Amino acid sequence: MKPHSWLTTLLLLPCAHPALGAPPSALRQQELTRFVRQECGFCHGLHLTGGLGSPLTAAALAGKPREALEAAILYGRTGTAMPGWTPHLSEPDAVWIVNALLQGFPR
Amino acid sequence: MKPERIVGRVSSAPGSGKTSEPPPVGAKSFLGRPGERLERRIFSRRNPTSSATPSGYAIKPLTRPTVLLALAALALPSFAQDLRGTGDLGLVIERASGSVQLLDTTQKTALQRVEGLGDLSHASTVFSRDARYAYVFGRDGGLTKIDLLTGKIVKRVIQSGNSIGGAISQDGRIIAAANYTPGGVKFFDSETLALLSEIPARSEVTGALSKVVGLEDSTGNRFAFSLFEAGEIWLADLSADPKTPKVTRYPGIGKEPYDALVTGEGRWYVAGLFGEDGIAVLDLWHPERGVKRALPDYGRGDQKLPVYKMPHLETWAVAGNLAFIPGVGRHEVVLVDIATWQKVGTIPVAGQPVFVMADPTGRRLWVNFAFPHYDTVQVIDVESRQIVHTMKPGKAVLHMEFTPRGEHVWLSVRDENRIQIHDAASFAKIGEIPAQAPSGIFFSARAHRFGL
Ligand code: HEC
Repeated sequence: MKPHSWLTTLLLLPCAHPALGAPPSALRQQELTRFVRQECGFCHGLHLTGGLGSPLTAAALAGKPREALEAAILYGRTGTAMPGWTPHLSEPDAVWIVNALLQGFPR
Repeated sequence: MKPERIVGRVSSAPGSGKTSEPPPVGAKSFLGRPGERLERRIFSRRNPTSSATPSGYAIKPLTRPTVLLALAALALPSFAQDLRGTGDLGLVIERASGSVQLLDTTQKTALQRVEGLGDLSHASTVFSRDARYAYVFGRDGGLTKIDLLTGKIVKRVIQSGNSIGGAISQDGRIIAAANYTPGGVKFFDSETLALLSEIPARSEVTGALSKVVGLEDSTGNRFAFSLFEAGEIWLADLSADPKTPKVTRYPGIGKEPYDALVTGEGRWYVAGLFGEDGIAVLDLWHPERGVKRALPDYGRGDQKLPVYKMPHLETWAVAGNLAFIPGVGRHEVVLVDIATWQKVGTIPVAGQPVFVMADPTGRRLWVNFAFPHYDTVQVIDVESRQIVHTMKPGKAVLHMEFTPRGEHVWLSVRDENRIQIHDAASFAKIGEIPAQAPSGIFFSARAHRFGL
């Protein structure tokens, strides 16, 4: 695809990094699981194997910097269809989602 | 329709349609074997998922006398009770569970659930020209042919790794499926689902494969589609031979076409662009004139609001010369004069519209929205261009489908796990059918329309 980069997104963001809030509660984690499957699934596929958006399976994301993935979720990727999800998702939400994605997203 | 009469199966004439259907199309196969049918009916009445059957009936266990009575009824020479048309049938996609439910819009019930269709996120459906069979295109590349009368899967093929939708040829013989990976279009015999031919979407300009979006059928067994990454429109003509499609390529039509539509008469192919403002228009009466860009002030503009769900163009509402289209990333419906392809106005609405659908009478538009406003539906009066009704049916209204003459509208409300049926004139809710995370609702009347 096009040579957009995590760098640009990263530079635009002062600090998209963890531990600024408490991790999501068990209830919130359940909500997030459903949210990712359904809302993100429109573009990434219900099984996150890709669609208009790139695959978000553990294999596809392996080795990619967490910060870049979190930033993509919170602020989107300029020049692509990936929207930013602030204020609907918080930083701890994004951290949790990326972690879950990297481990293979729960059903 | 065709001068020559096809008697048996003609292998050199792929997709030779109904006339070559294998023999017993007689009463037997139409009605099903009596035992089998009875079993299914009993089952579906017991099955809580087909809950919309008249109440008491659904819960009361069938007593032996009832079964005997039913058997006796079947033994009678008259099969009239079992004969039925398909013009009032349809189906709803249950996206998370890989199933569909068959729907009856006269009785306002679900008839039965059909399972085992794979990943149905973003699934869509076309219908055979006799409106008996539904072809369901799943995200996982599955293409499933379902018999609306028997509720059986007639045929299922996995045709690619990742698919997005399909179309059916004017003569009903060819099913086309659009694929993301590997990017391209495949054509199938609508009767057997045997592969006829395929077109890899490899751009001659970029040399790379693209995701195919906006696959639409038109006149003369032609199909138009767009290449997302390459920014091209291709027109495939299968009228001479479905096994060797003639492809015309239109490169450089704009950045990231993401969806398209064909107008009701099959003339205009219109692709929406995500990567820049404007639309790309191909006149299928005059494909030699090439693709034109129009509506330079339609699109996300400079604000680039996040778009949580791509608007759908397929059901573009046209009333007279005016088309009503969903604004991209904006809380508005855009009015376009299709004689001049100019934007002539906007109507502010409750969120980013996903579908802007005219009811079949053309008098009102029903609009649903992307996250986070997807609990809302608004109705716009075409004459006055005013919002005449706003309702909140529940969380995640994903789709709306009108009965063929537009007296009712069926809404799928995903997170409430139900379909709601509303009177299209009074807006009143007149029925409800449980469904598991329902998304697209498709009625068989689509069989007779282009570009759906
Ligand atoms: C409107 C379509 C759309 C929606 C909805 C969407 N995405 Fe994306 N997403 C994309 C696209 C397109 C890309 C690829 C961007 C690129 O080219 O870098 C992407 C990329 C990503 C990436 C980076 C992947 C990588 O390999 O670098 C992550 C992570 C991601 N999305 C997560 C999400 C999550 C989580 C959600 C839901 C909260 C979501 N997306 C919803 C379209 C979407």
